[in-house]
Amino acid sequence: MTEELSGIRPEQEYRAHLAEGRFMLLRSRSSGRCMFYPRVAEPVTGNTDLEWVAASGRGTVYSTTAIGQRPPTPSYNVALIDLEEGPRMMSRVEGLAAEDVQIGMAVQARVADEDGTPIVVFDPA
Amino acid sequence: MNGFPRGKTAITGAATFGIGRNPGLSSMDIAVNASIRALRDAGITPGDVDALFICLPDNFLSGLTFAEYLGIQPKITENNRTGGSAFLTHLQSACLALDAGLCDVALIAYGSNQLSGAGKLVTPSGADPYEGPYRPRLPVSAYALAAARHMHEYGTTAEQLAEVAVSARQWANLNPDAHMQGELTVDDVLQARRVSTPLGVRDCCLVTDGGAAIVVTRADRAKDHTSKPAYVLGAAAATFHHNISQMPDLTVTAASESGPAAFAQAGVGTKDIDVVELYDAFTINPVLFMEDLGFCAKGEGGAFFENGHTAPGGAQPVNTNGGGLSCVHPGMYGLFTLVEAVQQITGVAGARQVEGAKLALAHGSGGYLSSQVTAILGTEETL
Repeated sequence: MTEELSGIRPEQEYRAHLAEGRFMLLRSRSSGRCMFYPRVAEPVTGNTDLEWVAASGRGTVYSTTAIGQRPPTPSYNVALIDLEEGPRMMSRVEGLAAEDVQIGMAVQARVADEDGTPIVVFDPA
Repeated sequence: MNGFPRGKTAITGAATFGIGRNPGLSSMDIAVNASIRALRDAGITPGDVDALFICLPDNFLSGLTFAEYLGIQPKITENNRTGGSAFLTHLQSACLALDAGLCDVALIAYGSNQLSGAGKLVTPSGADPYEGPYRPRLPVSAYALAAARHMHEYGTTAEQLAEVAVSARQWANLNPDAHMQGELTVDDVLQARRVSTPLGVRDCCLVTDGGAAIVVTRADRAKDHTSKPAYVLGAAAATFHHNISQMPDLTVTAASESGPAAFAQAGVGTKDIDVVELYDAFTINPVLFMEDLGFCAKGEGGAFFENGHTAPGGAQPVNTNGGGLSCVHPGMYGLFTLVEAVQQITGVAGARQVEGAKLALAHGSGGYLSSQVTAILGTEETL
């Protein structure tokens, strides 16, 4: 029986995709499930037959908070987004006031530049 | 077999030290002061201890340092860190080791100079690469996300969360050791600065110094230490996740497993419990825990705290020392739930004493609603 590990370098490969404008998820070929955050093996099953697949970017706000700052700096948003593919991730919703982000809101992912680092943020869909 | 040696071990000494502000002491000094008090409470000395359970905020090898400091030569040195629940995890391990005869006298200790030393919350795990870029204000934002979801699913209100803080303050006003005293109204909580919506600053635990310690031994020698041992009837743990983004359902904690397991071990039910001591890092915690532990149905936790139900004179006393919200929160609060549970069922809680308390539930939470550990303690007549 051959025992191949995934060979995935999770954070490095995830960021390399983002740097080229692609929001990618790891998926196990045998279970068909996607995961977030990326790992070297699938949780619970330990499956290592992993491949990167493009996320649709479609998601729904699962929960949201507006983080207060010293006035007059406005609050900023932190949200948990349920991705269409199943996993949940932390991100933020842009394009509206932090307090106006609502649970259940449909959102769409976008790769944004955060001080020179690409990150995934969401806009109302 | 239900997985726990019910009533075979007992807490024979319990103490706190330095609640509030105590400059000039290291976290270790505070832990040792609390330990000396607990050991004297049990009528023994550091030399009698042969198993040590500890974790300090600023010393990852604190088991070794603490043992050296007090001249203890432990057979078991346990430094397990599950966050603020660690000390209830320690209790579970200590009881099993004592029952197996691996050791005879276990000391569980904690201390922190978080207020006078660091002056802010110390987060022991580093920034997460997948959450860090979004700048969640941890730990509060994690709990804010849970609170927002609970409000969305069950209609829980900010007023109900405020009632949790008000109940805690009313108990704190009966506890001369409590760091925060004075009247606190629902409106005060609602008007306080929002830190991470829906939670404001009065929904958040204190930042204080403080230490706590307990002594645990086998039931057959407990009476050598004290006339009133607090017997350990059950202790069970469960963990679903670490980071809040990985929590399967933000309205259901792993207390939904640890609680029923501990009740089964103890052979008692929620109606039998006289006092409940919960890790209330934020006002949403007791709401979630009372539901998950089975004191009320899922979604009814907010209403549970209304009308003084959990406050002094209420039908179900919760956090009788004032909790992490109004009494003490030196980084990790878990051990204080056990000390208060012991003090209540041994009848030494003074003005805040719940008359005739025989059964106490102590519940610790670690990480971001992550590690959940439930312990049930009882007097001799509950054996």
